Amino acid sequence: MTDKTMSADEAVARLESGMTLGIGGWGSRRKPMALIRALLRTGITDLTVVSYGGPDVGMLAAAGRIRKLVAAFTTLDSIPLEPHYRTARERGAFELMEIDEAMFLWGLHAAANRLPFLPVRAGIGSDVMRVNPGLRTVTSPYDDGETFVAMPALRMDAALVHVNRADRRGNGQYLGPDPYFDDLFCAAAETAYISCERIVDTAELTKEAAPQTLLIPRHTVTGVVEAPNGAHFTSCAPDYARDEAFQRHYATTPWPEFAERFLTGDEHAYRSAVRAWHEGDGAERREKEERP
Amino acid sequence: MTDTTTPTPTRAEYCVIACSEAWRDAGEILASPMGLIPSLGARLARHTFAPDLLLTDGEATLVDADGNPEGWLPYRRHLTLVTGGKRHVMMGASQIDRHGNQNISCIGDWAKPSRQLLGVRGAPVNTLNNPTSYWIPRHSRRVFVERVDMVCGVGHDRAARHPETARFHHLPRVVSDLGVFDFATPDHSMRIASLHPGVTVPQVREATGFELVIPAEIPETRAPTSEELRLIREVIDPANTREREVRS
Repeated sequence: MTDKTMSADEAVARLESGMTLGIGGWGSRRKPMALIRALLRTGITDLTVVSYGGPDVGMLAAAGRIRKLVAAFTTLDSIPLEPHYRTARERGAFELMEIDEAMFLWGLHAAANRLPFLPVRAGIGSDVMRVNPGLRTVTSPYDDGETFVAMPALRMDAALVHVNRADRRGNGQYLGPDPYFDDLFCAAAETAYISCERIVDTAELTKEAAPQTLLIPRHTVTGVVEAPNGAHFTSCAPDYARDEAFQRHYATTPWPEFAERFLTGDEHAYRSAVRAWHEGDGAERREKEERP
Repeated sequence: MTDTTTPTPTRAEYCVIACSEAWRDAGEILASPMGLIPSLGARLARHTFAPDLLLTDGEATLVDADGNPEGWLPYRRHLTLVTGGKRHVMMGASQIDRHGNQNISCIGDWAKPSRQLLGVRGAPVNTLNNPTSYWIPRHSRRVFVERVDMVCGVGHDRAARHPETARFHHLPRVVSDLGVFDFATPDHSMRIASLHPGVTVPQVREATGFELVIPAEIPETRAPTSEELRLIREVIDPANTREREVRS
């Protein structure tokens, strides 16, 4: 049995500047934030990031690590517009391939199935075609003759995802209501690093949960990282909800100040800083908000 | 309730009715309301004249009128359902033009926008695959514009250039805090379908950045029945959150 466990720092040490990086989750939900924080501690930059974007994109954009972004949106869900992403985008800080949510999904399917493209009825007539002059269309070879977008495969060098549980071999399990696209990200990438709330024995995975919760098969996984609270401050149902108070703090704090206070140390230091914030400024702020 | 008089519906309640009407006779399809008042409208429709509608809890679970889970609809299945067409979505719009082209991506030059918004999200796939209506809580010239900066949702003029690909294109209605609008004109440009009580034609023209088609007869948006009002006020939105989106 291959033991694929490693630390977050060991996982990101295998990444390189210039890579195409897929990031799982959706918006501010089950994002591999501990891995993103580890990535921010390295000098890795010039990335092409493929993501249903949330604070992962916001942080990497704010830190200037993105050369090109492939996305349909970037949002914090309860805060519709990601402020750090907005700032970077309004500066014209990186190249953007803005595509529709379904085009994105078909691009993942194409990559996972080793196809150069898949036809999709989306994009035509919209300005997605104007801002992506490289997109091609394809005409049905059958009698209908309909024209579709030929959505190119979203092939990636590496994928980062976060799940609830995993075993040491790399079998990943989600216990929340939505798998998002994490299995597809892993299948569409050359290498995949999954972080999880807890590493458990293989037998324990299905002690209480049904086998269909085993979302990510180990043959698509390179490394497994145990990262408790590793999606913080995004949600990781059913283990924890989004830390809305801290997300508001992230969204309203200038990036250099936020990074200085929370992201200069390791994951342990991050957790301590968050705890200190909740006990200090966070508590003060909650009090103020609760006052009529 | 002890109140026996029929209370006067608020503007917000007219908006709920106008949104709910989008799903009349929709059958057994998914209602995808984005935003508060469309969500109330969809739930009202299911409680009354569209009992077979499917609705989610806002996450990945389909729930029935009593809140019982009745199905599983994670994003991957939701996106496949869109292309299957069994859905009527009501989206928001940061900008919309007379043809129904919609923008939620950014304001200004796309390459370096003056205001980055959400991104195109699912608007391109929605408009080519299932009926798409729009909800605009504050009708203004900033939203109803001559030309949108980035076409996300496809309008009638652009759909007409791709008749095969756009064969499922359908924009049933646009609801705002002032009235209901549709595209039932020879060239599919936007027309006033009804105005909410107290709203005048000059007021709507003043708040619209393009020439609306103004029919000779303009009906008033239909009033909620007393049973609908009861449902809105006691069952669907007892906390009166609707008032926060559209003030009286």
